[in-house]
Amino acid sequence: MKNNKLLISLLSLPLLATPFVAIADDDNVPPIKSLIVLEECGACHLAFQPAFLPKKSWQKMMGELENHFGEDASLDADSIAKIENYLVANASRKKFRGDKAPQRITELRWFTHEHSEREAKNMMKKLKVKSLVDCAACHKGAEMGIYDDD
Amino acid sequence: MRNLLIIISILAFFPAMAASAGPREDVIAQLETLAKSDDANFSGFDAARGKKLFSAKFSTGKPETPSCTSCHSTSPKNAGETRAGKAIDPMALSKTSDRYTDPKKVEKWFRRNCNSVLGRECTPLEKGDFLAFMISQ
Ligand code: HEC
Ligand code: HEC
Ligand code: HEC
Repeated sequence: MKNNKLLISLLSLPLLATPFVAIADDDNVPPIKSLIVLEECGACHLAFQPAFLPKKSWQKMMGELENHFGEDASLDADSIAKIENYLVANASRKKFRGDKAPQRITELRWFTHEHSEREAKNMMKKLKVKSLVDCAACHKGAEMGIYDDD
Repeated sequence: MRNLLIIISILAFFPAMAASAGPREDVIAQLETLAKSDDANFSGFDAARGKKLFSAKFSTGKPETPSCTSCHSTSPKNAGETRAGKAIDPMALSKTSDRYTDPKKVEKWFRRNCNSVLGRECTPLEKGDFLAFMISQ
């Protein structure tokens, strides 16, 4: 069953022109190993793993933290530099079509595809999840970069 | 050798601890100095004013966050929640005993949250009043 699913998703990947191929081998991403990133970027939500977005996304985001998705998430220049270095060094190396610096993981095509199925919708209702941004509500191993835990 | 080092560092640390009343008191004292330099008639922080600030609704900040209570829940004794659904420990000192002890952390969140809610920095008076309210809770 798991194998079937894997086969299907592998087959459908090129059709979706997804940038996610690099990590789709086991649906997991490397966990964050920087304390300052875990602390500063994990204060309001899960610290999203840098491998979900390309370098340009992180550079843009780190340049406008005082207006971060409708909130002030500003930091001192020293912390910004350290965090940006880590995010850029561990960013996705895939080519992103269209927007070269997407800011939301939840708006990437592979993501909307994976999460538009009935399973995710039902889970959202059952667990009373506020927003798809709350990855750890459904993926218990999200902090470790494990997303194939269902 | 290693034990000796540990003992020396403990001994060196103690006088430093005794010299100040504690990191939370330092945070307040610092704000008092600033409040006094803003207003010569400053006569101390007031928990009742802090409570008003905590509950007030503002239209001058970002539309997503009109009030401190948007994230910290309407009672300081209850846990809050960020917009992304992550839990925030209660702000009342009686519920979360290690609050307001790291001056950098306190300043960072006042800067961000006042800017998000009020659309400007909070004054030293507002910050001190807010902390007085939370410490009294
Ligand atoms: C002050 C709170 C706060 C801090 C600190 C913060 N964020 Fe956010 N972040 C938010 C909010 C609010 C959203 C939007 C959530 C929503 O739409 O539900 C968000 C969304 C995001 C998203 C997009 C999520 C999606 O929809 O795919 C990314 C990526 C992100 N943040 C990265 C970071 C990084 C990197 C840092 C550290 C530099 C950081 N955040 C620190 C509040 C914060
Ligand atoms: C409401 C619950 C829910 C939330 C919230 C959620 N997911 Fe998912 N996610 C799912 C479900 C269900 C699947 C499909 C599982 C499957 O088919 O293997 C899935 C699949 C995935 C996959 C592909 C893994 C696989 O096994 O195919 C990844 C990667 C992923 N999610 C990452 C995320 C990230 C990152 C976030 C937060 C930005 C997030 N998810 C938020 C429920 C959720
Ligand atoms: C958008 C959500 C949000 C809003 C609105 C918000 N806060 Fe916060 N606040 C947080 C988060 C998240 C933290 C950090 C997590 C923690 O300390 O538990 C925090 C922490 C703080 C801290 C630091 C606490 C400490 O232990 O040092 C202070 C002070 C603070 N907030 C004051 C305020 C004030 C004053 C307002 C209203 C003007 C406000 N907050 C509105 C989310 C918010």
